[in-house]
Amino acid sequence: MRPGDSPRGVRRSRIQDLAMGVRFAVTGGREAWVRTLLTAVGVGLGVALLLLTAALPHALTQRHDRERARNDMTYTSLAEHRAEDTLLIATVDTTYRDQEVRGRLLQPEGRRPPLPPGVGRLPGRGTMVASPALRRLLAAPEGRLLSERLPYRVTGTIGQDGLVGPDDLAYYAGTTGLAVSAGAGAGQTVRVERIHAFGSVDQGGTTDPVLVLLVLIVFVALLMPVGVFIAAAVRFGGDRRDRRLAALRLLGADAATTRRVAAGEALAGALCGLAVGAVLFAAGRVLAGRISFYRVSVFPDDLMPAPALTALVAVAVPAASVAVTLLALRGVVIEPLGVVRATRPPRRRLWWRLLLPLGGIALLYPMIGQGPDHGDFNQALVVGGTVLLLMGVTALLPWIVEAAVARLGTGAPSWQLAVRRLQLNSGTAARTVNGIAVAVAGAIALHMLFAGVDGSYTRSSGNDLSRAQMEVYLPAADSPAEAARRLTAGDAAARATPLSVGVLGERAREPRRFLELTVGTCDALREVARVPACRDGDVFAVQDRSYDDDTLRTAKPGRVVYVDPGSAGSAGLAVAWRLPSGLKKAHTRADPSGYARGGVLVTPAALPAAAARALTGRVYVSLDRSVPDAPEIVRNTVAAVDPLADAREYVTHTESARYSSVRTGVFVGSCCVLLLIGASLLVSQLEQLRERRKLLSTLVAFGTRRSTLSLSVLWQTALPVGLGLGLACVVGLTLGAVLLRMVGATVTVDWADVAAMTGVSAAVVLLVTALSLPALVRMMRPEGLRTE
Amino acid sequence: MCILTRMSIGHTLLGLLESGPRHGYDLKRAFDERFGHDRPLHYGQVYSTMSRLLKHGLVEVEAIEPGEGPERKRYAITEAGVTDVARWLATPEKPEPYLQSTLYTKVVLALLTRRDAADILDVQRAEHLRLMRDLTERKRTGDLADQLICDHALFHLEADLRWLELTAARLDRLAREVSA
Amino acid sequence: MTAAEPLLTADGLCKSYGSTPALDGADFSIRPGEVVAVMGPSGSGKSTLLHCLAGIVVPDAGTITYRGDELSAMNDARRSALRRSDFGFVFQFGQLVPELTCAENVALPLRLGGTSRKEAARAALEWLRRLEVDDVAAQRPGAISGGQGQRVAVARALVTAPRVLFADEPTGALDSLNGERVMQLLTAAARDTDAAVVLVTHEARVAAYSDREVVVRDGRARDTARAA
Repeated sequence: MRPGDSPRGVRRSRIQDLAMGVRFAVTGGREAWVRTLLTAVGVGLGVALLLLTAALPHALTQRHDRERARNDMTYTSLAEHRAEDTLLIATVDTTYRDQEVRGRLLQPEGRRPPLPPGVGRLPGRGTMVASPALRRLLAAPEGRLLSERLPYRVTGTIGQDGLVGPDDLAYYAGTTGLAVSAGAGAGQTVRVERIHAFGSVDQGGTTDPVLVLLVLIVFVALLMPVGVFIAAAVRFGGDRRDRRLAALRLLGADAATTRRVAAGEALAGALCGLAVGAVLFAAGRVLAGRISFYRVSVFPDDLMPAPALTALVAVAVPAASVAVTLLALRGVVIEPLGVVRATRPPRRRLWWRLLLPLGGIALLYPMIGQGPDHGDFNQALVVGGTVLLLMGVTALLPWIVEAAVARLGTGAPSWQLAVRRLQLNSGTAARTVNGIAVAVAGAIALHMLFAGVDGSYTRSSGNDLSRAQMEVYLPAADSPAEAARRLTAGDAAARATPLSVGVLGERAREPRRFLELTVGTCDALREVARVPACRDGDVFAVQDRSYDDDTLRTAKPGRVVYVDPGSAGSAGLAVAWRLPSGLKKAHTRADPSGYARGGVLVTPAALPAAAARALTGRVYVSLDRSVPDAPEIVRNTVAAVDPLADAREYVTHTESARYSSVRTGVFVGSCCVLLLIGASLLVSQLEQLRERRKLLSTLVAFGTRRSTLSLSVLWQTALPVGLGLGLACVVGLTLGAVLLRMVGATVTVDWADVAAMTGVSAAVVLLVTALSLPALVRMMRPEGLRTE
Repeated sequence: MCILTRMSIGHTLLGLLESGPRHGYDLKRAFDERFGHDRPLHYGQVYSTMSRLLKHGLVEVEAIEPGEGPERKRYAITEAGVTDVARWLATPEKPEPYLQSTLYTKVVLALLTRRDAADILDVQRAEHLRLMRDLTERKRTGDLADQLICDHALFHLEADLRWLELTAARLDRLAREVSA
Repeated sequence: MTAAEPLLTADGLCKSYGSTPALDGADFSIRPGEVVAVMGPSGSGKSTLLHCLAGIVVPDAGTITYRGDELSAMNDARRSALRRSDFGFVFQFGQLVPELTCAENVALPLRLGGTSRKEAARAALEWLRRLEVDDVAAQRPGAISGGQGQRVAVARALVTAPRVLFADEPTGALDSLNGERVMQLLTAAARDTDAAVVLVTHEARVAAYSDREVVVRDGRARDTARAA
């Protein structure tokens, strides 16, 4: 029968079988073609995601490397003395509407100053080099206010080496007149530094273990459903394929041959899928350079899948598709006259299914409490434990569905039809729902982890927005009054309260007690403390601030204190000042930022002139909200007073932008995965309907209402999905709790997140049912009754 | 196999005359050609049949050639003869085995005389089914012996019916061949 | 035969699927308690006639009157309700819901009509007994023989005490002995309940269980009994 029985002949004929399968997949008529297309698109989506994942490490490394290369003001780059290769650099980051602009003022001190990455020549005084995105913004009408703030002529563009992503807003401007801040005392922001090089060396091994944990879990939680989905996509149209194989058996093919032909078909689908995936990825890569996703943009160059991982995807996906196909054929006997499903599959056993999640917990448990303070997590254990827990979902679900539907009673006919069908064939249902369950479990755990880890970043800010909406920081003590004057002269600010702040010590060097020093007019002081009768020349000591014994013990009339005392690292100005004998008492009051200060309050006339240099300025600004872009006008005004000034807007809550964007990202990702799985649910649903065409027509013939059949289709999807979601919640919450305990955070459950995830899944079920209804109605037509 | 009754030979010859007067010799030849494949008619049979038909006024002698014997006579069908053929064609045969020859003859004659051959088949089918119903009813009330005997008859009748259906499905082709 | 009023009549039915005419002016009528065989070669329109008579398919032209009501004028919901309450169906094969037990299959039409579960189960068992298949009540269709399956289907068709039973090649997938038994039980049960039976078949021995036959040829039905 075979062309030669030599091993080589056998091998050749085996390859021919595979090739026949491939041919069937491509040229087997419309039906086979559609099936291949479905599989290819399904696998392609999965492959594109896998390639993206494979590219992420490289992209992140590249971004991280460039971020590090442009770092300044790091310990290793600081220079103590002026030299030929030193540069004064000032941080002048600003915010424009809701975008962050990275800004640096540069002032070379010799002929060989260091160059920031991506910059060929230092900009001269009054000119700047800007990132392409910033140049576009400045040139556009919507960047007008920003261009007023940055009074520099653009003479060059920062290259890709000096940017993290294509959408970065950044500039380097040349200037003169910078001086390294003299007073480096507490409370003063260091904004000007002398450096001899850009970039920091990689310390290595200092990555936050919690961050590593997050990344690992994201990968596992999002990739596992993709795997489940690919497995489902490979099985699209399986029933029809089986019938075709049965026809082959009739022509004399043996069981092994049909298996190989099936493998060939699967292989063809998977290979097409790889091609589709590669195309999708390439398209996505180009798009990545154009769009920014939650403020993160990526250079297409950075999205290079690691060769090893790419090779792994290219080999693993086809291999897995063949393996899944063969595994699926195991329960099916393809006879020449038709397909026989292995009649009653053996009852599912629980014990080994429980081993998986329990094993997962066992792997994770020893790491509980290791947190950021207690060293790294064992990555293999984390991944292994998480994978085992999530795989536990896929293993447990068939058992749960079987056990649950076996106990379900009979209700209305629609319910009865669905339940009985599930009882007879719960495996298929569980398999299709597995993807949803894994995705939801992973997403819930991820949400909990992010919420827990970033919980400390989300809290009430204490800012009192009724009193002020912006706070301006000025490096020089004499400029707040000027800034306040100009602000109130303009339209944007309704009110501006200038203050100067500094530090007092009881000794000139290395004091043991620190007191806050706040200087301002009586009106200004009333914004930050409860001050009794006040005249210029008065000095007050705040009496009742909690935990502020230093003030009570040190601020005594006639005592000498020192403004800006020296510390171990720097000399400080250490201006001696005798507190007046008429030292008055004041009481705390929260300032507009919510801070209740202690220490000493001084009216301008009472402060020794020498101390002024040791102070920095603050202006509380109350905006006129009727003026459009009022915050931007305020920023422009104070930038004109001092380019080194910084203005921040108050918010009622500070929510870490990172947290909210990642949270949204995970949610969007989960939704995409759920939609993918919904697509595979729909395909298998349609297949099932087609298979039951005659039966459906018969049921309609004897008067079954269409609504009864539609409801039964809904139950049939909703029941396993409901069970899957229940299981997913349990596993997801468990995993989330264990992970939170691992990082030492308190375990809290954001039920809104859980509800959102389950809600989306329920919506997917409804969507699938709705989309399969037209097909159902078509199947119910009497044409299905016609024999042959 | 050709078991045509005396009566049906007469009807067949009558039917053949419907398309036009013929000599006795021509009649024998036409009959043998269409129906007498393995058992041709004897001249004697033609002679006796024709004289019986003549006696009943179903045919008449149109002309006599010089000489002796029935082969010299030219027969033509009378009005009564045409009516008789029509009645014969419309009457279903008693369902019994080996009926096909008679039915076949009827169908061919119907086609030759441009009558509705499908009607003949339908009438016959109804007659067959009537008998089958009786047999089925007898089976229901009878003992096992009755049932077995009835089944035997039923299976044969069913075979006949299948032949009827097959013939009905091929009437168009048969009409073309007969008139050719 | 009683000379009662016709229960179900059809006049001049026409129905085409695409450009192929399946029925081309077919007439039909049946009286209560009558068993009428619809015969004819395959593709002649037998099944289409049955589907039209049962209100499953709406004819392109012609009228169908059931107990004085015009069937083709009813909407889908009313026709469905009529099929539930007044009609029963037996098809050639593939009609039992494979997931339900035989008893549940028989009970299904009653349950669809709103009968309580207990009452439906009792009636189902009773009918399974009448058709001599009560021993497979708890089995699923996949586990029983074709003959048993067909008897379960007959039981399901008769459980609602229909006035008209539509049987489309009910013995088509059975051997003679099984087919005969099914026909005996079917006609006996129909006679007991005075149900009319529209029996589509191409087998003469099956048609022999009828009171008269109608032949469909080229989309036209002729009542040979009337012609004779």
